[in-house]
Amino acid sequence: MKCRICGQKAVVNMRQHKLALCKDHYLEWIPEQTERFIEKYKMFIREEKVLVAVSGGKDSLSLWDILQRLGYQADGLYICLGIDDQRSPLMGGLSYSSESQRLIEKFANERGLKLHILDVQKEYGATIPQLNRKSHRGRSKPCSVCGLVKRHVMNRIARDFGYDVLATGHNLDDEAAVLFGNTLTWAGEFMLRQGPVLPGTPGLARKVKPLCRIYERDMLAYALLRGIEYIYEECPFSIGSTSIFYKQLLNKLESDHPGAKQSFYLSFLEARKSGLFAEREKIQAELHPCFNCGQPTSAPGLCSFCRLMSQYCR
Amino acid sequence: MVKLVLRNQEYEVRPGMTLLDALKKNDILTEGVLCTRDGELVTEDEILKDGDVIKLIAVISGG
Repeated sequence: MKCRICGQKAVVNMRQHKLALCKDHYLEWIPEQTERFIEKYKMFIREEKVLVAVSGGKDSLSLWDILQRLGYQADGLYICLGIDDQRSPLMGGLSYSSESQRLIEKFANERGLKLHILDVQKEYGATIPQLNRKSHRGRSKPCSVCGLVKRHVMNRIARDFGYDVLATGHNLDDEAAVLFGNTLTWAGEFMLRQGPVLPGTPGLARKVKPLCRIYERDMLAYALLRGIEYIYEECPFSIGSTSIFYKQLLNKLESDHPGAKQSFYLSFLEARKSGLFAEREKIQAELHPCFNCGQPTSAPGLCSFCRLMSQYCR
Repeated sequence: MVKLVLRNQEYEVRPGMTLLDALKKNDILTEGVLCTRDGELVTEDEILKDGDVIKLIAVISGG
């Protein structure tokens, strides 16, 4: 297979685009595409300060790399979740959080980038698995608690340090899997909030997903070709998760119908824009500042994060 | 023979077939992996040669 641009041997074939590229052209093409989507969806401009939430995975580290290459002012935020208990049969001897942090610090140091690290245990007195055991949100898995804490912390750091926008490494497969789950239950309110940009509101930073149009496989190729060291193992709690199952289902579809995932997500964005799901003003909840932390919450009183913390401290 | 390695699993296929056919034969979706030989990415039309070891890298990772 030959590179469409130069005719040299291709290393990546993107069937959904009918496009094969060599290493050099691929490493130019991915940042060009990312910039195209940043501009198309009006995510941010070069004068704005971007906080990139990095997990140590291929997508978020690649996003940080791409934004730097494109000349954006992008700093990193790592939230240490404390998923490190090697005695747990789930962990398979892996210190997931510590290894993720090591890889992120190496990435940032090698490039001279600014990295914020927030250790959940040091800051709030408990790791994510410990918080989960006390909460009523999750069952055996702490994913719900983890998501809640990460959203709170990301917003807090963005606000405290004056970032204009918070960027995450969600790729098209992530978005399609979430959409698929929401479609199965016709979760209209969640669908209305899903998109490349979640606009900022008083107290809530704007959230953007610059990789939302790029396949996960293509992001992996970018990380490998750029020599980015990332955490290959899945979070031990994500093994067997519904989102991974949905991704696998969508990949089966994609295998027979190249472009199906992209079409699913793009036609959803179009449908949402044309008002298929609901009238925004009718279902948009009124937000109030949390009595404790001041972050916006839908019900008057404490926000979900502060309720979780009060349960833990009880 | 040609060896395909995905995490802790190994698959053997005959040389002379394409990588795509080798993946299909073992029920591995091309969408779920990238393929490398000697550390270099290779596309699915690559014809496999005797002694090749193809390392498959799972696309889904992280949490």
